[in-house]
Amino acid sequence: MLVYSIKRILVAIPVLLILVIVSYLVMVLAPGGPTSSERTLPAAVIANIEARYGLDQPLWKQIYDYVENVVLRFDFGPSFLRRDLSVNDMIAQGFPVTLTYGALSFVLAVAVGVPLGVVAAVRQNTWLDYLAVGFSVGAQVLPNFVMAPILVVIFTVWLGWLPAGGWNGGAPENLVLPVIALGTSFMASIARLTRSSMLETMNSGFIRTARAKGMPMRKVVLRHALKPAMLPVISYLGPTFVGMITGSVVIDYFFSTGGIGGFLVNAALNRDYSTMMGITILIGALTILFNLLVDLTYAWIDPRIRY
Amino acid sequence: MPLLEIDDLAVTFATPGGDVRAVDGVSLSVDEGGATAVVGESGSGKSQTAFSVLGLLAKNGRATGAVRWDGEDILNAPDRRLRTLRGEEIGIIFQDPMTSLNPFMRVGSQLAEALTEHRGVSRREAEREAGRMLDAVRIPDAKARLRQYPHEFSGGMRQRVMIAMALLNRPRLLIADEPTTALDVTVQAQIMELLADLRREFGMALLLITHDLGIVAGACEETVVMYGGRVMEKGPTADLFAAPTHPYTVGLLAAVPRIDGDGDLAAIPGDPPDMSRPLPGCPFTPRCPLAHAPCPTVRPPMDGRRACHAPVPDVRALAARLAPEAAE
Amino acid sequence: MRAPKMHPAAAAEPFVEAAETGVLVADEEGGGRSLWQDARRRFFQNKVAVASLVWLAIVAAMALIGPLVAPWDYESVDWSVLGNIREAGRPSIESGHWFGTDELGRDLFARTMQGTQISLMVGIVGALAAVVIGTLYGAISGYAGGRVDGFMMRLVDILVSIPYMFVLILLLVVVQASAFLQSIPGIQFIALFVGIGAISWFDMARIARGQTLSLKNREFVEAAIATGVRPFRIVTRHIVPNLMGIVVVYATLLVPNMIIFESFVSFLGLGVQEPATSWGALLNDGAETLTRGTLWQIGFPLFFFVTTLFAFFFIGDGLRDALDPKDR
Repeated sequence: MLVYSIKRILVAIPVLLILVIVSYLVMVLAPGGPTSSERTLPAAVIANIEARYGLDQPLWKQIYDYVENVVLRFDFGPSFLRRDLSVNDMIAQGFPVTLTYGALSFVLAVAVGVPLGVVAAVRQNTWLDYLAVGFSVGAQVLPNFVMAPILVVIFTVWLGWLPAGGWNGGAPENLVLPVIALGTSFMASIARLTRSSMLETMNSGFIRTARAKGMPMRKVVLRHALKPAMLPVISYLGPTFVGMITGSVVIDYFFSTGGIGGFLVNAALNRDYSTMMGITILIGALTILFNLLVDLTYAWIDPRIRY
Repeated sequence: MPLLEIDDLAVTFATPGGDVRAVDGVSLSVDEGGATAVVGESGSGKSQTAFSVLGLLAKNGRATGAVRWDGEDILNAPDRRLRTLRGEEIGIIFQDPMTSLNPFMRVGSQLAEALTEHRGVSRREAEREAGRMLDAVRIPDAKARLRQYPHEFSGGMRQRVMIAMALLNRPRLLIADEPTTALDVTVQAQIMELLADLRREFGMALLLITHDLGIVAGACEETVVMYGGRVMEKGPTADLFAAPTHPYTVGLLAAVPRIDGDGDLAAIPGDPPDMSRPLPGCPFTPRCPLAHAPCPTVRPPMDGRRACHAPVPDVRALAARLAPEAAE
Repeated sequence: MRAPKMHPAAAAEPFVEAAETGVLVADEEGGGRSLWQDARRRFFQNKVAVASLVWLAIVAAMALIGPLVAPWDYESVDWSVLGNIREAGRPSIESGHWFGTDELGRDLFARTMQGTQISLMVGIVGALAAVVIGTLYGAISGYAGGRVDGFMMRLVDILVSIPYMFVLILLLVVVQASAFLQSIPGIQFIALFVGIGAISWFDMARIARGQTLSLKNREFVEAAIATGVRPFRIVTRHIVPNLMGIVVVYATLLVPNMIIFESFVSFLGLGVQEPATSWGALLNDGAETLTRGTLWQIGFPLFFFVTTLFAFFFIGDGLRDALDPKDR
């Protein structure tokens, strides 16, 4: 298992390197970098700026320095846009925010989605099942950027219960809408996946064996069916993570929560390439790490898989 | 009074394409300590007959008629009653040992469960007993095996585990649903031998479901032949083998490979019946060499031995015609 | 309540009936036209799917014809409502602003229809791109097998784990910033189509590969190989037709996902650029004015977005059920 983990991380390194190099090349070659402004600057100023960002070095040296800084010092360099904040500062500010509501959404999606799916499968073709299926079908067409305004219309404009945005140090009333907006569609997917996987498991031979032993339904479900039925759900947690990270961009944009997604949109709208790159690389690394974690969990649950 | 008596059992499955009648008016019985075989091709309804005894039909299945266990009607009994029957009074083993064991649980836990569920024994005591039972079904190194997962067992060994699981509570009846179909021929013989030994040892009755007449002869005193969800012929196994009175039984017997022959099978021509569109008469009609006027439309009555319109002498003649071929 | 059904076929001519059944089964195994005819019949029996198809046709027709009959176009500002959108910009028949106006006094009906055109186009073109790339990649990988297959699929595994939305955003920003690229007409759309399609083909590739692998070992392909049919003909006659079903289903289910992708990017202001619009951009405009009492600005785009996505999902599900009846 340890060998496998190391191997996986070794495979991830070239992927990340390619990601870094490609985005760096895009950044350098793309127009609208830090030196191409609307105004024409004096040559001395341009040289000064280029020196500041290391752009006067040969390309390979620039990339090498960038990678070295990221890997050894976890330093993503200065922002092209903001003099007052480095990319690291933005990550330091935004990441805890994203992590807070992201983790809550993740927990909500799993903690509600899985039981909902299990109950729907065990009580197939009852009102509970129809409710769960209806919910998961409906949520398919309600991605986060649709959920967010709908929630605000209901809970802010009509009911006036919750604020339309802001972070406020992560106060509960500021967390509710972002967490629900981000988590709902994944909750629905997890519920649907759990339900179909549970139905399939409940039809398998070993469930019949368990019932033939005279075990009550509750024990059959909890002890025999749950684990195998969870496997597809666990595989789906990787895409859920990516989806939530991606969705956090909308959450930050819409709710002004101040997470890294907000910094990313701002950077994208203002062509702040170094910030975009820093955030993309960080998220890429996190995703690879999370996927590894998912695969290890999978192997831990399924005794037939040994790495 | 027989230990188990199935009386006019019918099983219907609701499918998107309409209702499918898988079992239609089946009656049979197993005596205390006795052994009855139910023989038929796949799709003849024999497995569903077995499943309905324990209420293990698929969700869309519905059973009518009566199943009497020691005189008590247990068909569609409440779940509480069925749970005390399952595993404790009646054990069952299934066709495919590959999928019948939970791949995510250690074999020991799966075995122990059967005991802790029905008796107030501790887990440790249950595992000890499970180890003893693995010994009894002749799995070597039983103690170490308890800690393993099913995928670490061969097919034959898994079927032994299934048998051990079914026998843990010393049931009065063991239902064996195609216990050897998924196994190699040599392993098949071992398993059948094991079943016979255990039956003697524990004094339990056996309901053997199989498509293979070859394994019936040594194992069961009574035989029921099913086709298309109905009983074609039933009686003492020896009589059935010596003097079959139904053309289908004749065909089945002719299809049994003989050790002294070339292994040339006289298979019955034609396909199994479409259960969603049963004939009003005898289901075997389209494949029956003796089919005549009333067969497709009039259901032949069961006279205690057979359900067939063809006169017995004609069947005998058919058997005589086929037998020499098989013996050559 | 659920009495056993009488089968109409049981009444007369059982032999003919039985014979016909046999022929039907043989036909289905042969694949080809009867499968698709069957699928079409099943699809049109699915009321939800048919209703979805009708609604989709209506939306498409509106998107095409609407801008032609609307009194306003999608970029002109109605100066008479500006500054008083809340009252004068309401949806009304008299003013000619059937859906009201947006915050800048532009006609929302015309804008919604224009946005519908763009969103449907992005969805369909993006899905087509993803399906073509994915099917080719997967079929090649599956047909080649061995090390090539291993490498190609490992590559997909690696690519899948990258959060692509960020790469797509980077791409769109670069395209926007480049004066040279902006001189190409429609570059923003092309970048969107290509970008969205290019990051969505992985699942299709996996599905197509799996199907190709299982098809390669099917009897009819093996029979074709054995009788000396050339590989190219095997692929075109046996593998591709059998892949079509799943490709069609997946493509239909991919369209709404592509629309969601595009809307996501446009919602952030990074996709379609003013004055052109799409559902995502319209939702963004509407979302910015939620608290100003002009809820029609988000209501109409939301209605079209949600109902059209539903329609695509239901059609996809209907197609899947129709093409793969086992999966019900």
